[in-house]
Amino acid sequence: MSAEIVRTAESSTTADATAKTVESVVVRFAGDSGDGMQLTGANFTDNTALYGNDLSTFPDFPAEIRAPAGSTFGVSAFQIYFGSEDITTSGDAIDVLVAMNPAALVTNLKEVVSGGLVIVDTGAFNEKNLNKAKYNSNPLLDGSLDAYRVLEVDIHNQVIAAVEEFNLGHKMALRCKNMWTLGLVLWLFDRDKQTTIENLQKKFAKKPDVANANIAALNAGHAYGETAELPSGIEVYSVPKAQAAPGKYRDIDGTTGIAWGLLAGGQLAGLNILFASYPITPASSLLHALAARKEFDVTTFQAEDEIAAVCAAIGASFAGSLGVTSSAGPGIALKTEAISLAVSAELPLVVVNTQRGGPSTGLPTKTEQSDLLQAVYGRHGDTPLPVMATSSPSDCFEVAIEAVRIATKYMTPVMLLSDGYISNASEPWLIPDLEQYEPFPVEFHENPEGFNPSLRDPESLARVWAKPGTPGLEHRIGGIEKSYETGNISYDPDNHQLMTDTRRDKVGGISKDIPAQTVALGNESGKLAVVGWGSTFGAIHQGVKRCRQQGLDVSHIHIRHIWPFPKNLKELLSGYDEIIVPEMNTGQLVKMLRSEFLIDAKGLNKVSGQPFKIGEIVNAIQAELTERAE
Amino acid sequence: MNQAVDKLNVADFSSDQEVRWCPGCGDYAILKTIQKLMPELDRPRESQVFVSGIGCSSRFPYYMNTYGFHTIHGRAPSVATGVKLANPDLDVWVITGDGDALSIGGNHTMHALRRNVDLNILLFNNEIYGLTKGQYSPTSKVGTRSPSTPEGSIDRPLSPCVIALGAGAPFVARSIDTEMKHLGAVIKESHAHEGASFVEILQNCPIYNDGIFEQVKNKKIAHDFKVEVTHGQPILFGKDNSKGIRLNRDTLSLEVVTVNDQGSMNEILVHDQTNLAQAQLLAAMQGNDFPVAVGVLYHKAKSTYVSDLGEQRIAVKENRSDASLRSLLHSGHTWEVK
Repeated sequence: MSAEIVRTAESSTTADATAKTVESVVVRFAGDSGDGMQLTGANFTDNTALYGNDLSTFPDFPAEIRAPAGSTFGVSAFQIYFGSEDITTSGDAIDVLVAMNPAALVTNLKEVVSGGLVIVDTGAFNEKNLNKAKYNSNPLLDGSLDAYRVLEVDIHNQVIAAVEEFNLGHKMALRCKNMWTLGLVLWLFDRDKQTTIENLQKKFAKKPDVANANIAALNAGHAYGETAELPSGIEVYSVPKAQAAPGKYRDIDGTTGIAWGLLAGGQLAGLNILFASYPITPASSLLHALAARKEFDVTTFQAEDEIAAVCAAIGASFAGSLGVTSSAGPGIALKTEAISLAVSAELPLVVVNTQRGGPSTGLPTKTEQSDLLQAVYGRHGDTPLPVMATSSPSDCFEVAIEAVRIATKYMTPVMLLSDGYISNASEPWLIPDLEQYEPFPVEFHENPEGFNPSLRDPESLARVWAKPGTPGLEHRIGGIEKSYETGNISYDPDNHQLMTDTRRDKVGGISKDIPAQTVALGNESGKLAVVGWGSTFGAIHQGVKRCRQQGLDVSHIHIRHIWPFPKNLKELLSGYDEIIVPEMNTGQLVKMLRSEFLIDAKGLNKVSGQPFKIGEIVNAIQAELTERAE
Repeated sequence: MNQAVDKLNVADFSSDQEVRWCPGCGDYAILKTIQKLMPELDRPRESQVFVSGIGCSSRFPYYMNTYGFHTIHGRAPSVATGVKLANPDLDVWVITGDGDALSIGGNHTMHALRRNVDLNILLFNNEIYGLTKGQYSPTSKVGTRSPSTPEGSIDRPLSPCVIALGAGAPFVARSIDTEMKHLGAVIKESHAHEGASFVEILQNCPIYNDGIFEQVKNKKIAHDFKVEVTHGQPILFGKDNSKGIRLNRDTLSLEVVTVNDQGSMNEILVHDQTNLAQAQLLAAMQGNDFPVAVGVLYHKAKSTYVSDLGEQRIAVKENRSDASLRSLLHSGHTWEVK
């Protein structure tokens, strides 16, 4: 379904005259895994997008698959940050927390701003649940919530009453709690219910009773906001619409962006894709996304392990498809020997690394950027390959296409770095016009005349791609060093030097074939540049923006092509007096910038499994510029 | 196409690369057998792909004038799986050894077999690591003295064919490097089989494990230590077929019996290559008490991984015949900003 929304400066027709206008709000829905918080969040996101706010969302699932009800480790949350200006992170602190039980309250309260609104379901605040959340006394009674505005509603009873006529039974009736809550929150932000009603009718098309009960709960929650005598200080928020480029939008998360980008890349290259992978958090969702797309020219293969996955992908590339594999850090480590084979055999391969917290099993469900040096340098031998990083969910589509282009044009593995945050977060995406993408069709070698497997394109230095099945081009390749002239095995010292140089120059030459580095925000020279890569984009962008509004001379540079770097990067960076590099690691890009360019870049590092907050970037910029002034 | 195929001969399948195995290596005989067999397969040369891992045997693809990929240690079945998935029209061969396929690559061998990817896996079993200079392998007999086991190896060997059957391989056979006729016939049958096929080739390493298969290779004594099984035929061996294999139905085990009259002949097991339990018993026969079984031990058709995958894809494509990337990008909830 698509809806026609005209964005204007006018406020919504139903807006309360007394509505409190804010530029942006962070709302977090938190409840038990079984409370349907993800669905609530998704519906609220739909409404918010339709309303015309810019937004970013982030789901926070428990690592446990079926955690006991009421436990703190079983809390499932969905956060949405939306507003009238560009939103690029899922938000620092929570303005509105919806806590469906004590565990949800205790695990999220410390992130709520002072004076923030906390909505609690008093029906869930019984002794059993308080004990499970390890509360010694009831926080609703002991004054521990005095710093917040608290809206206490017995959602249990409200829901039971609202859906009584449908005779669902107690348990089923309570399942409508999330829709009641959503109704209340929609009222709070002056949002229309219609989209959610349509979603529910579609979702429960075969169970009209369930659909109607959920709709009744939604309406009841909304009506409660309109009619109940609410405590003072609780009123409708008005969040004005954002300016956005015209066109058709949808929500996109990073996983879907990469999956669709790979499909598009395959089409632009004219190749079938073999996507071979082994399940690992948080990368598995990419396998799921592509496994469900058999109508396209993609085959997915769940291998027996990480090594088999990358090897099958390499085999497919040898046979004339595009091999793609994906994993997280520990799995990439296992694939490393095979990736080196693809470098040596000069076959295209796309390796997606959805980074997570390390070392070892580390923090599987948390995000980190600590695999950059592994991606660039982490192989035996002198084994260069291009490395790219996506910076947001809506960036993923483009980056995946670019990875396919470079892999096939240069006959090389490409490492595409994403992370757990990007893969799960979602944001509105201006749906691209596929006609605008320049195709890059692969031309397989077919002429037996003078053929040998070491023939190279003189410009790109890419080796020839001759696929099995082509008459007259029978040849052997492998991991042993090959003669530059014939492609046959060669242990000749001068030849190894030449081949090593050629591999280096081929990958290095890609710097001529990628866009020059631009400045994401600010001037092309000045006092301070904040240089980032990957999912820190949002926080850096907002942080730099706020500091520029305060009149500080600071710019934001975000690097997509990390190996090789864009040709102009050194010159660009040399135009700033100071450079700081925020990273969710102990300093990896900063190390590369220092070693490649001999510049005095400084690290701003955080390795907590949590994304940077905007405030942390702002503080670092202010500290840097104040220090300089002193 | 066939016309061209008819004209091919051994030389057409020999590459211009100098063969670098040690003099007397059993691999020479295997290479020659396969080069001779190729023209008989009635398949275009460009459709043949040899994929190998690491080890002496894995140099094999360099000597075949076909497509070839010398990959990394143990991973040939995985690379070959990718080749077959990308282009099911190719004949994909995996050339591997006992270390490559059963030590470092044991996992991949098992999974290629149980998935039933249409690969022809040829395992050259010399019960030793040759290329790394003579360490014992997972098929070495207990007590094998090697640089890494100076007092003799203490871990028990595994039997490649037993492993293959256990992994669900639909075609399992065993042959011997220098028995060109037998080896050629077995490989030809494995090639004709649709699905994963596994052939163990007992191969002599003259440098590090010389004579390890002497009992089954020496014509003077082999009749007592080797039994050739043929589907539908009684399992007989020994001089003048004087011995046979019988199933003891009480212990569910095999016994060697002397065949001296029709009565004892009637008790001899008739080889049924579709009988998995029997194949497992035959594959496990070894040592001084039993002859080593060679020939096709097991052969039963199953649908292949690639054909099942193709059926799924066809079904999905029929249901979503109007699929396009554009419609995918516009699917679900979208909204217009003007």
